[in-house]
Formats: sequence, structure tokens, C-alpha cells
Amino acid sequence: MSVLKELCVLEGHQDRVWNLAWNPSGTLLASCGGDKTIRIWGKEDESWVCKTILTDGHQRTVRTVAWSRCGNYLASASFDATSCIWSRKSGEFDCIATLEGHENEVKSVGWSVSGNFIATCSRDKSVWIWEVTDDEEYECASVLSSHTQDVKNITWHPHEDVLASCSYDDTIKLFREDNDDWTCFSTLESHQSTVWCVCFDRTGSRLVSCSDDQIVKIWQEYLPGNEEGVQTKGNNPAWKCVCTLSGYHDRTIYYVDWSHISGYIVTASADDCIRVFKEEEGCDKNQPSFSLVGCQNKAHSQDVNCAVWNPKDAGLLASCSDDGTIKVWQHSEL
Amino acid sequence: MVSVLDNANPTVYSKVGERIISPEEEEENVVDVIDDREVFDLIRVIGDPEHPLSLEELNVVEDSRVHVDNVKNKVCVEFTPTIPHCSMATLIGLSIRVKLLRSLPSRFKVDVQITPGSHASEEAVNKQLADKERVAAALENTHLLEVVNQCLAPTTRKI
Repeated sequence: MSVLKELCVLEGHQDRVWNLAWNPSGTLLASCGGDKTIRIWGKEDESWVCKTILTDGHQRTVRTVAWSRCGNYLASASFDATSCIWSRKSGEFDCIATLEGHENEVKSVGWSVSGNFIATCSRDKSVWIWEVTDDEEYECASVLSSHTQDVKNITWHPHEDVLASCSYDDTIKLFREDNDDWTCFSTLESHQSTVWCVCFDRTGSRLVSCSDDQIVKIWQEYLPGNEEGVQTKGNNPAWKCVCTLSGYHDRTIYYVDWSHISGYIVTASADDCIRVFKEEEGCDKNQPSFSLVGCQNKAHSQDVNCAVWNPKDAGLLASCSDDGTIKVWQHSEL
Repeated sequence: MVSVLDNANPTVYSKVGERIISPEEEEENVVDVIDDREVFDLIRVIGDPEHPLSLEELNVVEDSRVHVDNVKNKVCVEFTPTIPHCSMATLIGLSIRVKLLRSLPSRFKVDVQITPGSHASEEAVNKQLADKERVAAALENTHLLEVVNQCLAPTTRKI
């Protein structure tokens, strides 16, 4: 079993808080929301305080924020159909580029591990891959139209330039560069409703997804020639759902984060709860079991939209909600 | 907005009477929990997007299709489009959702759905109404917000 202890409540956003992102060193937390602003929080002495408010980037809701792997850049995705790139090289956050092209709301943005690519996805059903040039220019490298509905979220593989996206069309898709062209090499079907979020584990060979169907799923990668005999096509791996966590959540699950340090999975859902899952020891990777080890009831007074593990401090967790607040939690095993 | 009405001659139903106020409700020290009728009273006066009639008069909303669980903080509303191909179904559902978002305490989880079997695109409309991200984006659209606000402003309409 494990427990979450509330360390502090961060107030300041004037509307619902949609998304959070820790910088790679775990010292700064970026948040964004319906008030069209981005806030940067940091620790001063023992308390977390708002260091900066970025107000002039977007005309509408800021849906997602994401740090580059080097920690020098922050990207933001907005309902105003654009994404902004913020640089903190000068010490302050300057908007150095605005990525335009999507027809309507941009739902998510993220940086590849190499730092060479940025991906964005939109209500217009497309995923765009942007190439980052040496002089900080951003060029559209590919427009991927594999999804048939609103694309909710994208996430990059931890070690390779492989992208996962999930959608209102109930599927998850995986993309990679193949002969200078980006293609969808796998479609993961099993969820019965909108897939809101996907996240790789630390190895990149497993994915966790969460959905409006109130279910969390674990997916396993099978490479060509795998000893389990799972069929693959060409030189592409196959992905199979190997575990389904159902019956734990009462409403839509908006966010899932798989800690690359502790291996714990956290979920944020519309039943106001934060739940923590742990893989049981000695599992067969083809049929793993995960158990609920912690549940923080009434973590927030309204829907929890996001919950993210600190990348350096395994016990630190941040969450945000429709109630306009962000909370920082200390997670510990009993 | 639309030149041809979806349903030019809708059946008009009679309205329910005014809520009967019990002596207990007049008592200051009695806890007055939010009940089905109270939520119904919030939505029955919403105007139809096409006709100068209320959703109650068109039988789009009914007392019996509003369910409130005050302890579990749940509100479930089913609405019945006047015809199975009503193109206004999403807009009507959105108006009900917005009215309840603005009127009820934030602790309530509100589900607005089409009465099962009453609309051709029931599943698609329900999914859209349940997606709070799309509802939020829709409400940032000034034109759409204006239309919703018109439906929610019965005083300016001849109901």
C-alpha cells in the first residue's frame, strides 16, 4: 500500500487547470489552463511559489505544456490553433516561435528524445511532425491523417524518435520515420471510447493508456521474430494489450503517467480521485498484473485533469483540476 | 441560422404546474437538498433553438427524466429531440449542460444524454456532450455561445 500526503496547494489560475509538466531536472513545474496563461512554479526554501506567468502567447485556452529534453524550451498547445515555443536561454521565458497550420484546437504538443522533432495534434484529426533546424526554425516535416477523429494526446518514446497518439476515434497509433517519410506502423484497438492519454514506461517497450471507458490498459511491444510467436508485419513491431485495469474508476480517466524511476502508474480522473497502481512482482511480461496500491479520494473538489511524477524525486507528484488548483503530493509506500 | 425548420409543426405539450412549496421548505433551519424537481425547474424554461417554445412545452425535457443523487453529487438529464433526425440535438444538449454548469454547485457531476432510442445519432451526440474538452472549446466560440445564451434567456423570448 502507499499513501499520498498533500504538501501544498498552488492557487493562481483563474479557470480550470488542464495540464502540468515538470522540467527534466524536476525543479520547475509548468501549468496551463482555461485562463489562457502558463505559470511556472518553483521551490523557494520549503514552499512552492509562482515564479513567472506567461500571458501573451495565446488567445484561447492553453491545453498542454511540454518541456524539451534539455530543459531550455517549453512548448504550449492552445485552442487558438497554434503552438508556441518558449526559450529560457536569456533567463526569462521568451516566445521565439509560433507553430501555425492546424485548422482548429491544438490539443497536445511534445518533443522527441533527440530534440530534432516536435509533434502537435489537433481537433482537426491530424498529427503534425515539425523538424527543429539548427537555427531554431521549425519546419513541418509531415502531416499525418491516420486518425478519423479529434486527436487528444501525443507522447514520444523515451529512447527513439517514435511517436504515440490517441484519439476520440478510440484508438492509439504509433508513428516513425521510414525512408524520410513518417508513417503509422501500428494501430492499437481495444478501448471502447475516447483514449485521453498514453505514456511509455522507462524501457519504451510498454505503453499505458486511459480512456473515457473508465479503463486503463497496458500494451506490450513484440519485435519481429519474438519468441512468443506474436505476428508482426515486415520489420515493424506489433503491440498487444496484455493487461486491463477495469472497475477502479467511476468516471472518465483523463491522464495517466508511468514513473520512469519507481515504475508506479498514476491516474487522474473525473471522479476527483488520484489512483496509484503498481506491477506485482515476478510477473510474466505477457500477462502482467497491476494492483491498486493507493487511492486519494477527493484529491480535488472537481475533475482531476492531470497527475505527473517528478522526474528526479520519485516520491513527488503534482496534480491539477477543474477546481483551478494545483497540488503537490508526497507519495510513500507503507 | 437555418432557413428550413427541422420540425415545422411540433406538438405542444402542457406545462407542469408551479412547484408546490411545502411548509418545511419555508423553514430556515431545515436542510433543503437539491432534488429532481429543482433541477427540472432550471431546464424546463430553456428555449428551443427554432421555436418560440420552451423545452418543456415541446416535451424535450420531462420531470421524470431528471435524476438527482444529492449524496453522490450526480445529476442525470435525458432529453428527447422532437424528431429522430433533429439537427439541433447537440445544441439543445449543450444548452442544458451550460444551464446546469452555471446554476448548480460545482460538486455536481452532470450527465446530459439523449433519451435512449429517440435519435438517429444518439451515440455520437452523447459522446460529444460528455467530452468536456470539446464543450469547453465550443463555449470559446463566440457565435455558438451567443446562440446558447439566447436559448437560456427566456425573458427575451415570447414563451
